[in-house]
Amino acid sequence: MTQDKPDKEPMGRRKFLKEGMWGACLAGLGATAGLTARHESHANLVWQIDPQVCIQCGKCATHCVLDESAVKCVQSYAICGYCDLCYGYLKPEPPALDTGAENELCPTGAIIRTFVEDPYFDYTIDESLCIGCAKCVKACAINGNGSLYLQVRHDRCVNCNECSIAAACPSGAFKRVSAAQPYLLKEME
Amino acid sequence: MNSLKTLLLISVLCSTVAWGIERFPPPDFEGGYTFPTTTTPAPDGVWHEWMDVAVLTAALSLGAYLVLKKRSRAWVFGLMVFSLAYFGFYRQGCICAIGAIQNVTLTLFDSNYAIPVTALLFFVLPLVFTLFFGRIFCGSVCPLGAIQDLVLMRPVAVPPWLEAGLRMIAYAYLGLAVLFAATGSAFLICRYDPFVAIFRLTGNVPVFVLGACFLVIGLFVARPYCRFVCPYSVILRQCSRLSRWRVSITPSDCISCRLCEEACPFGAIEGPEPQWPQRDFARGRAMVAFLMVILPVLVLIGGGLGNVAAPGLSQMHPTVQTAHRVRLEARGTVTDTTDQSDAFRASGRTPESLYQDAAAVQAQYVTGSILVGAFLGLVLGLKLVRVSIRRERSGYEAQQAGCLACARCYTFCPRERVQRKTNKELVGSRL
Ligand code: SF4
Ligand code: SF4
Ligand code: SF4
Repeated sequence: MTQDKPDKEPMGRRKFLKEGMWGACLAGLGATAGLTARHESHANLVWQIDPQVCIQCGKCATHCVLDESAVKCVQSYAICGYCDLCYGYLKPEPPALDTGAENELCPTGAIIRTFVEDPYFDYTIDESLCIGCAKCVKACAINGNGSLYLQVRHDRCVNCNECSIAAACPSGAFKRVSAAQPYLLKEME
Repeated sequence: MNSLKTLLLISVLCSTVAWGIERFPPPDFEGGYTFPTTTTPAPDGVWHEWMDVAVLTAALSLGAYLVLKKRSRAWVFGLMVFSLAYFGFYRQGCICAIGAIQNVTLTLFDSNYAIPVTALLFFVLPLVFTLFFGRIFCGSVCPLGAIQDLVLMRPVAVPPWLEAGLRMIAYAYLGLAVLFAATGSAFLICRYDPFVAIFRLTGNVPVFVLGACFLVIGLFVARPYCRFVCPYSVILRQCSRLSRWRVSITPSDCISCRLCEEACPFGAIEGPEPQWPQRDFARGRAMVAFLMVILPVLVLIGGGLGNVAAPGLSQMHPTVQTAHRVRLEARGTVTDTTDQSDAFRASGRTPESLYQDAAAVQAQYVTGSILVGAFLGLVLGLKLVRVSIRRERSGYEAQQAGCLACARCYTFCPRERVQRKTNKELVGSRL
């Protein structure tokens, strides 16, 4: 290790200046840290979609840094109408009114329809298939109860410092929220 | 009839905005069906971030020991590879000290944003270590530096004037990144982080290509991102100038054998510099005096250019973008709409309030751009002053700011080998 050779003579001007700047730098760093730490948060921040703001543009499917987007569709069961004719499930003018794949709106067939009791059906998202394209969300918002919506799923999201989808989102629906409450759920009031 | 239609239309429009609207009232189930709950998988605990801070501190401490005390390139190399594996491939390059500049900036300017304390530590710790030990972070810890260091095959020397000129890119990048972060427009550094796509082995194509370009250039130009682009390097360099302890090529006194002259792939070794003759000295002094007069002019020009660039730069802010688009559509300059303007209309806000917000952001941009421009002018001026001052040097030294503390040069020094007693012949020879 090489320390600056200790000056025998009284401290030179250059050395004095340097010492001063060194101290100033350290103090500056401390001050920055202090200033920032005033509103520092112990809980981390994570990204989430405000479903009220989202316009279902479809960019969530394509702009995530992950090959398979961390954004998925979720179902708010309390809001869902359990309709037989579900606009989120079926294409606008389906060839037939049944569960045939050709009738489904979802490009990957990620919505699972289960019969509950006459005339109600339960619609659940298979997240391993959902690509977050928001097609069903849009249809449900326009024609249905709006129970389907998009959320960043935190078991997948790697929590980028700047979310790539947020950077591309046309509606500004992405927000930084506290990791302690990482979802913005649609619930019945 | 017509008004009824509008009413209907309005009600339909409103209903798409409102949520949980019961077009189809949720059923009362008879068969004992219970509503499933929406699952909410939790994010990774904060412990991961604290582990990162612990590893960062340990790596910096170990790096300082390896570079300054153990003086071993092999060990430093090992630590660098570990850091690349951990911070790069395992933690996927996020959060990093470079990007943390923006978190710190945003916190200082936006009272609604709260910086995670771990991000703050990522920003501060490498700088504190640099103030004490030099750029240990660059040489041993930074995953972006490590990946470039690994691909280096045949370093070519970059002439000092070109090196200094290219380094202006880093200053400009830092200025813009701070401007965009302060105005809440974008995290530029994250958006164009060239290696994060490689760390994640996924990501969008342009960024992947950018990273690949840096690596290809990095085959011949050692660590191009670190030297010419990295915005954090600007701060690190200034801290390194003041550092308490730093790399010294030779463990004892330099005998000017010139063996280490070519050792540094980053061109960070400076040879002996004799004292100037009296005549040159006078000329140098006149030059510095002249530059001191020029300096304010450069600052003013920079500020002026910043002012000119402000409207263009402000387009980085989403509000300004939307306002611009909505205005075009209102004027009928464009006939179609975009997702952005559609989203704005769906929000039900008035265009006037949007224009007001945009104007406020643009005013911030004018101030910010002038400051950034003036800063760049100042940097340019000071660079010119520095090249016209010559400092006397008796032997070979690693640059205070430019040395990345990689420990490559040690093995080139015969005094080092003598001290290690690894080279028997040398010990026996006239040395
Ligand atoms: S990018 Fe934004 S508006 Fe588009 S679907 Fe995702 S959250 Fe909704
Ligand atoms: S933060 Fe990253 S991983 Fe998560 S949704 Fe956004 S882009 Fe995808
Ligand atoms: S340790 Fe030596 S070789 Fe490495 S950057 Fe510093 S001067 Fe160059």
